[in-house]
Amino acid sequence: MIPALLGITIVAFLFIKLLPGDPLQIMTMGKATPAMIAAERARLGLDRPIWVQYGLFLVSIFHGNLGSSIIMNAPVMDIILKRMSATLFLVGYGAVLGVLITMPLAFISVLKSDRPLDGGIRVGGMLFLGMPSFWLGLLFMLLFGLKLKLFPISGWGKDFSGHLYSLFLPAMVIGLALAPVLIQSLRESMLDIMQTDFVEVARAKGLSPGRVLLKHVFRNAIIPTITILSVKIGWMVSSAVVIETVFSIPGMGLLLVKSVLTRDYPVIQGLTLLFGIIVMVVNLVADLSYAIIDPRINYQ
Amino acid sequence: MSGIEISELAVSQKRTSNALNRIRLWPFTLKLGILIVSMVILAGICAPLLTHYDPIKGDYNDALAPPSLQHPFGTDSYGRDLFARTLYAARLDLQIGLITTYFPFLLGLIVGAIGGYFGGWIDNVLMRVVDVAIAFPFMVLIIVIMVILGPGVQNMYIAIFLLGWTMYARLARAEMLVVREQEYIQAAKALGYGHFRIIFRHAVPNILTSSIIFSMSDLVLNILLASSISFLGLGVQPPTPEWGAIITEGRDFLLQAWWISTLPGIAIIITGLGFSFIGDGLARMLGQRNIQLV
Repeated sequence: MIPALLGITIVAFLFIKLLPGDPLQIMTMGKATPAMIAAERARLGLDRPIWVQYGLFLVSIFHGNLGSSIIMNAPVMDIILKRMSATLFLVGYGAVLGVLITMPLAFISVLKSDRPLDGGIRVGGMLFLGMPSFWLGLLFMLLFGLKLKLFPISGWGKDFSGHLYSLFLPAMVIGLALAPVLIQSLRESMLDIMQTDFVEVARAKGLSPGRVLLKHVFRNAIIPTITILSVKIGWMVSSAVVIETVFSIPGMGLLLVKSVLTRDYPVIQGLTLLFGIIVMVVNLVADLSYAIIDPRINYQ
Repeated sequence: MSGIEISELAVSQKRTSNALNRIRLWPFTLKLGILIVSMVILAGICAPLLTHYDPIKGDYNDALAPPSLQHPFGTDSYGRDLFARTLYAARLDLQIGLITTYFPFLLGLIVGAIGGYFGGWIDNVLMRVVDVAIAFPFMVLIIVIMVILGPGVQNMYIAIFLLGWTMYARLARAEMLVVREQEYIQAAKALGYGHFRIIFRHAVPNILTSSIIFSMSDLVLNILLASSISFLGLGVQPPTPEWGAIITEGRDFLLQAWWISTLPGIAIIITGLGFSFIGDGLARMLGQRNIQLV
């Protein structure tokens, strides 16, 4: 956890260092005079050794100071925090939809394993796994947004129900790409657990197959699925970056893409840091949730 | 003596029919996948035979023409035939898929094998690097690297290479931790072979399977990733035909000309399906699970 956190700060720090050219020239877009640049350099500590600079960078992060945007003339932290909720909502919504799609399909493919229906679900999964998210997004936008006018094609609504409505299509794109992986892992672990003795006992007791599947198999199969979900969080955030661009959702991803176009380097740096931290926090939450779901695991 | 010779002769005669038989025994999905992928490769190579339209130069009189017999996929705003562009794009997209998968594959395999074999601080350092790379959303890191390097296909290769090896390193390391305890490795050590020889001659052939199966779904993901990068304007630059780039060009004409963005996407799906089938078939044949972690 701590090494990964340090690694994330090192990547964010090196980003500005590795940019071709003098960072201050870039930061000020060549508008500052040499005297101003020299003063700024001394203020930021850029004339000191690189590890001191990294230390200063860490200190300023702890103060919540990520510098200020070149273009938007506001602190980077404020700009990013304003957009964070849209991205988190989108990713969370996508995960929920993905799980909702997964549940029934995974049960069907376990009950009908190695029969045509199971094969159909598998091939359908491959189909969605190989689909570019922005392509599916554009297709949804065209069909349900522009032609049928069922959903808005941009923005993310005003209140909670507005978010649910406006983000349905983009979240569905994420959910549909997520579901195949979840179905596959849930299916495999449920099939594994079906072979164990306690399931045999449950069946021998005369419990109905549905009850055995839900109470005995599913509860034990859910841990590997949560692991997959937390491993996939980086991937989900990645697709959120693309999906936000397709649907013009004012989140961190769209901000990243726009900042790349306008070369707003401090914002890119801040986003790198926060994206990394978000993924790490989600992974930590997943680790802790194991203990709630499975009482056998404890972190004493 | 003669008995042995005769049986050797019989074996060599049987070998060709054995090879055919073995292919017949392959899982259906493997055969189907190889068929689909070969068709895509052929379509890319034979593009000039399949269409006489130029993928770059268009006819302005024919701009935004809907799909017809003449233009099966319609034309774009420059009057370029989209079917031709989609076919020619197969060349670049397959190349992108292979390069962005198998160079990281090699590096990851070497790093993971060495880390897993020696353990200790080498392993620790390597795995910390892998942890950081996996902690980040892939797309964000790629974008950051592309900002430093500048847009373009070559830089995209570098960006994906810098990150892609980590998954393979993880897989190879996990397998190596098991293999290094096996008796044949102990035997090789007892015979006094060097570490290099043991790792690459004895261990690596036995840790390849899971990486090869994973590489199939990785290839699909990399083609998707590359087209996403092109969609964001950082990868393949216009007018070069690439599936993601073509879809992007149609974005501004979604309502007037739906075919620009939608139809070329089918090519990506078919290719993805082909490689996924191969992965699925290989996993079945080798008795392993299909690994789709990232």
